[in-house]
Amino acid sequence: MARFKNGLKKTKDSLGKRLFLAFSARALDDKFYSELEEALLSADVGIGATQNLIEQLKDEIYSQKIKVPADAKALLKDLLIQSIDFEFSEYDFPLVILLSGVNGVGKTTAIGKLANKFKNEGKSVVIAAADTFRAAASEQLEVWGERAGVRVVHHGEGSDPAAVVFDAISSAKAKGTEVVLIDTAGRLHNKKNLMEELKKICRVVERELPNSDFRKYLVLDATTGQNAISQAEIFSEAIELDGIVLTKLDGTAKGGVVVAIAEDAFLPVLYVGIGEKIDDLIDFDATEFISEMLD
Amino acid sequence: MGLFDNLTDKMNHIFSKMKNRGRLSELEIKQAMREIRIALLEADVNFAVVKSFVQTVSEKALHEDILKSLSPDQQVIKIVKDELTELMGSKHTKLAVDPKPPTIYMMCGLQGAGKTTMCGKLANMLRKEGKKVMLVACDIYRPAAIKQLQIVGEKAKVTVFEKGQIAPTKIAKEALHFADKNDIDTIIIDTAGRLHIDEELMSELIDLKKLVKPAEILLVVDAMTGQDAVTVADAFNHQLDLTGVILTKLDGDTRGGAALSIKAVTGKPIKFSGTGEKMEDIEPFHPDRMATRILGMGDVLSLIEKAENAFSQEDALDLQKKIKEKSFTLNDYLKQLESIKKMGNLGSMMQMIPGLAGKMKGADAEIDENKIAKTKAIILSMTPKERKKPEILKASHRKRIAAGSGATIQEVNQLLKQFDMTKQMMNRMASGKKMPFSM
Repeated sequence: MARFKNGLKKTKDSLGKRLFLAFSARALDDKFYSELEEALLSADVGIGATQNLIEQLKDEIYSQKIKVPADAKALLKDLLIQSIDFEFSEYDFPLVILLSGVNGVGKTTAIGKLANKFKNEGKSVVIAAADTFRAAASEQLEVWGERAGVRVVHHGEGSDPAAVVFDAISSAKAKGTEVVLIDTAGRLHNKKNLMEELKKICRVVERELPNSDFRKYLVLDATTGQNAISQAEIFSEAIELDGIVLTKLDGTAKGGVVVAIAEDAFLPVLYVGIGEKIDDLIDFDATEFISEMLD
Repeated sequence: MGLFDNLTDKMNHIFSKMKNRGRLSELEIKQAMREIRIALLEADVNFAVVKSFVQTVSEKALHEDILKSLSPDQQVIKIVKDELTELMGSKHTKLAVDPKPPTIYMMCGLQGAGKTTMCGKLANMLRKEGKKVMLVACDIYRPAAIKQLQIVGEKAKVTVFEKGQIAPTKIAKEALHFADKNDIDTIIIDTAGRLHIDEELMSELIDLKKLVKPAEILLVVDAMTGQDAVTVADAFNHQLDLTGVILTKLDGDTRGGAALSIKAVTGKPIKFSGTGEKMEDIEPFHPDRMATRILGMGDVLSLIEKAENAFSQEDALDLQKKIKEKSFTLNDYLKQLESIKKMGNLGSMMQMIPGLAGKMKGADAEIDENKIAKTKAIILSMTPKERKKPEILKASHRKRIAAGSGATIQEVNQLLKQFDMTKQMMNRMASGKKMPFSM
């Protein structure tokens, strides 16, 4: 938890200060609510979700007969936690995890870190380098594979990603590997043919490993703004996402857009990336995440 | 997203209710400002920037002349658009060139912003302008970053200078030496992505800047960045005194409010935007066009420019003649389709059309590109004679064409029907009747 705190330290600085100021106001007046609104907006929670949260808060304040801003703080915290707290269903093995997302969010790095994580838990892991589009993507993944001590299956640049996945799965079946991690090419979600390619990869997994636990995650850069909602919606439409990996939370961005996504697309956050080292990927904890944001 | 995606629609809606009453009240203006605020926040413009912006616009909009004018909705939108454009810098600013070569451009930014790809695009563009360009690989941290730059450099047909993973200042020093010997006049330095709060890595950039004295230090920013864009840009600018900004990934459905935030906070101009994955996908930044995009109002100018690039003057004259003579054939039909394809991704074009911007969730627009490819295959499977006179096609011919193009007979029939309709429309145009809205 200490590392989670460090990762979120910078996040806390400005938002925490803003909220602190808002909650130290004297009365529950318009000024209080507008400061609260600004605080949430500054965290990328987005105007829709922010207005909903404030409406809910007003209802609670009314029904619980709260009179001062300081008492409203715990209420807001609960509302925020509730909004992003999902139950996690434990993994079954063999497990296949596919990471998708737009360009530059950190998919390849997250794959490397996930590989390391499962390896440390004593699982056997193989990585499918299905980003056959970006220049030098599979070389980058090989470096990560080496660091984690994990096998990487790759073909040449421009080859069929589904074929890479097929090979990785065949290899996993032959060797009894427990975890297959699939890295995919970054794609802007409005490119139809690339979304079709993702669907094809999923079909290969479902056909070749029908009894596996297959999870499809969207990797999201914590610095992303409201476009993240559209990303979550469109990727979900194509491949029915199971959740989100939130990267780059070691910067000053707050990643508040996950609140909006939880509300809109009903998607939980599973992991957060908090640095560049191989073990800088940790399990998401809603209470910790919100507490660190507000305290 | 609310009931309306588009600010123009929202404004029309607010003002239409009031129109028959003749004039607007302050209340309506306030309502309009609320919608503008939401539009800007949804576009990821920084909340503090939005606040002061809405204040300025409100003051101007509350001016008596506007309240009394006949089309206050248009007036208010015009004020908003003009103010936005003004805020982003009124016109495109060019890259500085060092009077004493080599001219050095240094790229910097967060991880994953798209620096390496943008280096390639910039190099490609400058090479085409006749510069002798060299890329320098100073990202010594990310695995395979050097390799990526080499591949990008190959695509851009420029030299890539690398020295492996040694100190960036050492690499730069040797690169300058190499440039001197090899008559290189333009150097683009790729640097590692870094967090603006990483003091160690930021001071590495400062050292690099001191050494190479670049003509431009350009911050590369992902157009999808949210509220944090101001913090990042401000930190980079504060430590490096940027000369400009490049916005990447503008080909998605993002509205790119980060552009406005960054300009407002740093005062530095946005010089280019990246709009796709190919080396050619770099465009000079136009503040006025960005303003309409942020507002979700479409970008007619960029669309017209793309159309102008795709259709040559002769083609246009030729087409005009054919329409007049009513001699439009399947060959011409094919040519038209190819021109449309040349204009680029149909999805991104939809985003530029007012009223369609924001409404199209992009995904469906690209089916049409497949359709164009199929249409092309069908037409190319016909004999020259058949292309000129499709009415001679019998069922057996159609069967042959279907087999030859991998299409079904229904698809062949559909194409012929479509062509027939297009021709009828052309004939109507020739006889001076009004054209229906959709093709």
